Amino acid sequence: MNWLALVSILSAAFAVSFGALGPALAEGRAVAAAMEAIARQPEAANSISRTLFVGLAMIETTAIYCLVVALLLLFANPLL
Amino acid sequence: MRSPLETTIAFHLGPVPISTTVAVTWGIMALLVGLSVLLTRRPALVPGRPQTVVEMIVETLDTQIGDTMKLDPAPYRAFIGTLFVFIFVANWSSLVPGIDPPTAHLETDAGLALLVFVAVIWFSVRAGGVSGYLKTFASPMPAMIPLNFVESLTRTFSLLVRLFGNVMSGVFVIGIILSLAGLLVPIPFMALDLLTGAIQAYIFSVLAMVFIAGAVSEAREHPQKKDKRTDQ
Repeated sequence: MNWLALVSILSAAFAVSFGALGPALAEGRAVAAAMEAIARQPEAANSISRTLFVGLAMIETTAIYCLVVALLLLFANPLL
Repeated sequence: MRSPLETTIAFHLGPVPISTTVAVTWGIMALLVGLSVLLTRRPALVPGRPQTVVEMIVETLDTQIGDTMKLDPAPYRAFIGTLFVFIFVANWSSLVPGIDPPTAHLETDAGLALLVFVAVIWFSVRAGGVSGYLKTFASPMPAMIPLNFVESLTRTFSLLVRLFGNVMSGVFVIGIILSLAGLLVPIPFMALDLLTGAIQAYIFSVLAMVFIAGAVSEAREHPQKKDKRTDQ
């Protein structure tokens, strides 16, 4: 196995692991804030949870980008 | 392990190779169209059980569209509803043994995201005319034109990548688990995958609604003087 493949595998793993850190923290904060808002104002639960879903989808996209980069490195690497 | 980015050819239609993704998509389309035709063929005033279910689905869609877009749901019901139902059925088609969900491949998701991109233009041109649509790029101020232009492209791309990444990673994880462990171990992951599929279908259609509603309301703020069309 040449060093290029080795570096690709390592960086794919790093991309996913570090790329998951930020969105995980961010999603935790978003859900916590939404829970608090729903607890304070249960009648607004519908619109809060809809906005929460859209926001979570936006945050999650960054993690998904990292996953796609990792998959590109592993399966469609232009250098290998 | 097979790459999630490659497609397999199912059969050839003359000189055109048809991939399994396209074949499954056609199957889902035929199923949905057939069911819709069958269920709406003879609507009764006092509905039977199948008609009640269909009416419930349409009513839920209407309230969701109305709540999210703050607009009359009628012009958007067909597009948003079809998007949601198609993605939902496509994501859950992994329940059928031997079938890869078509949304786990880039081409299907690219097609769906492109549809949303075109629909944003179509609905805002219908609401405010071509000049109304072009002026949405200059809101809130002309300095935002390059940013708004780039945003309209990147959000289409992120729609595509989000759906692809979520569905494909579910399929991928199940494949890995299945190669590691035995018969019944992947079942909880498959249940999680079903939940993700439903949520992603919901998110995709909600985001399409948000994009369309934003473009429509901005296009309405700049109504054309010559164009007297006031639909909805």
